[in-house]
Amino acid sequence: MSGLRVELRRFVNENFVMGSGRSDFADDASFSDLEILDSSGFLELVAYLEEAYGVTVADEELSPENLDSLNKLAAFIERKRHAP
Amino acid sequence: MLLQHAFESTRRRLPDKVAIVCGAERLTYAQLGQRVDALSALLRARRVAAGDRIVLYLDPGSEFAVAIHAVLSVGAVFVPISALTKPEKLTYVLNDTRATVLLTNGRLASKWTRALPNCTSAPICVVCGLEQPDPRVEQWPEDTTANPHSDDPADQDPASLAAIIYTSGTTGSPKGVMLSHKNMCSAWRSVQAYLNFHESDIIGLALPPSFSYGLYHVLIGLGIGATVMIERSTSFPVKLVEAFARERITIFPGVPTLFSAILGIARLEAYDLSSLRIITSAAAALPEGHVERIRQRFPQAKFYSMYGMTECKRISYLEPEELSKRPSSVGRGMPFQDLWLANDEGERLPFGSTGELVVCGDHVMLGYWEKPDETAARLRLDPSTQTMVLHTGDIFRTDAEGYLYFVGRRDDIIKSAGEKVSPREVENAIYSMDGVQECAVIGVADPLLGEAVKAYVVAREGVDLTARDVIRHCLSKMESYMAPKSVVFLNDLPRTDSGKIRKLDLR
Repeated sequence: MSGLRVELRRFVNENFVMGSGRSDFADDASFSDLEILDSSGFLELVAYLEEAYGVTVADEELSPENLDSLNKLAAFIERKRHAP
Repeated sequence: MLLQHAFESTRRRLPDKVAIVCGAERLTYAQLGQRVDALSALLRARRVAAGDRIVLYLDPGSEFAVAIHAVLSVGAVFVPISALTKPEKLTYVLNDTRATVLLTNGRLASKWTRALPNCTSAPICVVCGLEQPDPRVEQWPEDTTANPHSDDPADQDPASLAAIIYTSGTTGSPKGVMLSHKNMCSAWRSVQAYLNFHESDIIGLALPPSFSYGLYHVLIGLGIGATVMIERSTSFPVKLVEAFARERITIFPGVPTLFSAILGIARLEAYDLSSLRIITSAAAALPEGHVERIRQRFPQAKFYSMYGMTECKRISYLEPEELSKRPSSVGRGMPFQDLWLANDEGERLPFGSTGELVVCGDHVMLGYWEKPDETAARLRLDPSTQTMVLHTGDIFRTDAEGYLYFVGRRDDIIKSAGEKVSPREVENAIYSMDGVQECAVIGVADPLLGEAVKAYVVAREGVDLTARDVIRHCLSKMESYMAPKSVVFLNDLPRTDSGKIRKLDLR
């Protein structure tokens, strides 16, 4: 799972982290609160998850509980991968 | 009549009614009023004077409503700016207005702490929700026992300034639209004359209240005794409609991106939104397909397609019953104002013409804050009525009955996701990047955003720049709606004979 977090952090850093000094955000920091992702950013993130990890994200799963930090994202993908 | 009078009367009339719902917070009119009094008392204690400019840099929420009414109660001027504003622009607004106070919150600290050292006016910074006390700033007053202050600036002139709202300008620096109490009360009266919000309404506000369209829902909602539900995030559409269904909202003001997000929910019918009675759309034209789907999904609600600009708030609305007949029209005006199309010579044109839309009424701004040239370009004396009228810069055509259809902008301002974007402002940001030799920014058609920002960049020799580098750099300097969605690298830009960049050739 830590490898997954490293991959996700790289994706977020390469695509969204604005300017300098934010790339070291904490694993449990909220992307919304830090203004790393806005509504279109979350849509891009979901498109990436679907493509890179082969998961399907339902509308109801588009929630801060699943997506709004590195830890939550990693846990969400793990759950999706192991879902029957 | 001053702008805050309606709220002051509501808080006395309906003390126990819920005024604001935001997340887990529910405030009655009495509670909201007490918070207004506490902040007013602090502003008075800090010797805020009538006419002082106070910048509101706040996340959407009850504090925003408290701040507006406290600022107005001391006769000062509120300057609302988006919580997404970056430090450079925050500094610009604080300096441009010579603000004496900044009202903000703890989550935004990483930005205001960077902006304040560059402020020439040394504003007092009042912060709510600060985790650690900070000696450099004032705590937002928690004490709700402050006595209501009765010496309301009763002799304050309704023609005095109530608010300054910043908007993008062609020169690249944002312009402050100056609105008097009279301007804002007039806009309110016109809007209420056709929308007619009731005391029993529950307004589902997912628009930022710093933005004119969102702001008036807070003002009018609290002024008439309705309940305003403020939703902070639009990133999670299902959460949004769940909250709307739970609160049984009756009014939903939207913009195209918000409607797209909601209509994109596969099981939208699973959420009971049958309480909705009015849906409005403004800020940018909604694709006709969306209008149809909104009407099918919410047949009980009246749908109003509207048009306006910060300089006078609202200009026109289409009567819901006309929607099938002329879906792309924004109507033919609104009560208590006059409008017409003019040719390049400023002469009025008959119905069936194409020209610049001109608006006349008490809702038209006083001008742009300390920008006489920009003001003179927009506010001009109408020879036939001898009044100052607003030249909108928007080109419309009318049909035989006077219904308006948007044609385009007179300047090169881009309208993306309902927000005005100055190409110059984006170009200035791109030029500040190492390795950029030249650039030009234009708007291109986009099915979701109306227009999307597109940048053409010439990199210096030997410099390896990517589109992502440019977009990320812009995101660090400006709100995300202003950053280019696409970047094209060229060896050089097309030019006119005189050497100016020819944007027409980039389209």
